[in-house]
Amino acid sequence: MNNDTFKVGTYEFTSRLIVGSGKYKDFETTKLATEASGAEMITVAVRRVNITEAGKENLLDYIDPKKYTILPNTAGCFNAEDAIRTLRLAREAGGWDLVKLEVLGDTQTLYPNVVETIKAAEVLVKEGFQVMVYTNDDPIVATKLEDVGCVAVMPLGNPIGSGRGLANPFNIRVIKERANVPIVVDAGIGTASDAAKALELGADAALINTAIAEAKDECLMAEAMRDAVRAGRKAFLAGRMPKRAFASASSPTEGYIWD
Amino acid sequence: MDILLNGEETNVMAKTVSELIVELGLETRMLAVERNLEVVSKSAYATTQIKAQDRIEIVHMIGGG
Repeated sequence: MNNDTFKVGTYEFTSRLIVGSGKYKDFETTKLATEASGAEMITVAVRRVNITEAGKENLLDYIDPKKYTILPNTAGCFNAEDAIRTLRLAREAGGWDLVKLEVLGDTQTLYPNVVETIKAAEVLVKEGFQVMVYTNDDPIVATKLEDVGCVAVMPLGNPIGSGRGLANPFNIRVIKERANVPIVVDAGIGTASDAAKALELGADAALINTAIAEAKDECLMAEAMRDAVRAGRKAFLAGRMPKRAFASASSPTEGYIWD
Repeated sequence: MDILLNGEETNVMAKTVSELIVELGLETRMLAVERNLEVVSKSAYATTQIKAQDRIEIVHMIGGG
C-alpha cells in the first residue's frame, strides 16, 4: 500500500484525490479545504484578467504552485479551437504541461462534445501536452482518447455539479478494464460513498469540486473525501468478496450444543 | 493608441507587451498574453510591438473544477 502511487504521464502522486478550486465562498476556504483533502493536484480555470482590478488577490496567492501540481482546465470551451487556445495560454502562464481538457456540448447538461474533444486532444498531444481528458462514460470513446495519446481518461460519474453519484458504475468498470492509462472519475461525485465506490470499481483517482465546495463544512467534507478515496482504493486492492444470492453463515455450522 | 484589450476598446500608452503589463500594474502576476490569436512568450514581451487595433488577451488562473 505504501508503494501504491498514482502515476499519470510523467507525474507521480501519493494522493488519488484531485480537487477543483471553483465555487468556494472565498480563497481562504479554498486553501484550507484543499489542505484538508490531502490532494496534490488542483484544477484551475483560465480567464481574462479584470484590468480595472489589477491589484486584487488571486487564487494562486493562496494555492501555491510550488506545493501543488496545477492542472489548468478548459472549462467553458465548446469547441476544439477555444480549448487549444486556452491551454496554450495556460502553459505559457505557468509552464504547466499536464492539463485537463474538457470540451462541452451545451450549458444545460455540460455533457462533453466528444467530436470536438477528440479533435482538441489530437492537436494538444502533438504539441507536447500531457492531456487528462474529461469525457462521457462510453468505453469506445475512452479507448479512442487513449489511442490519440491522452495520459488519463476521465469519464463522468454524472453531470458536472449534479452530485448524483455514479450513473453507470458498470461502464466505469468496463472502461477501467480496457484501459492502459489511468481512469479518473470526474464529475458527479456528491458525497464520500460515491468517491469510495469509484475507487472500489477500479478507478485510479477521483476528481471532486462541487461536493467539497458546496458542503456546509468544506474542510470536513474534504477530509471525508480524502478518507473515502483511500478506503475505496484499499478495498479495490484487497479484492472484494463475491456477491451471493443466498446467505452464507459466518459462524461454523458444526459443534452446536444440541447436536 | 486604441487596442482591443480583453474584448474592450482600450487606449494605452504602451508600445510593447512589457510596457503594457507595467502600464496595467500586472508585473507581479502569473499570467499569459495573446496578441492577435498568437501566444506571446515571456521572453518576447520586450520585443513584441503593440500596434493600433491589435487584439490583446491577458489571462490568469482563477478557481475552477
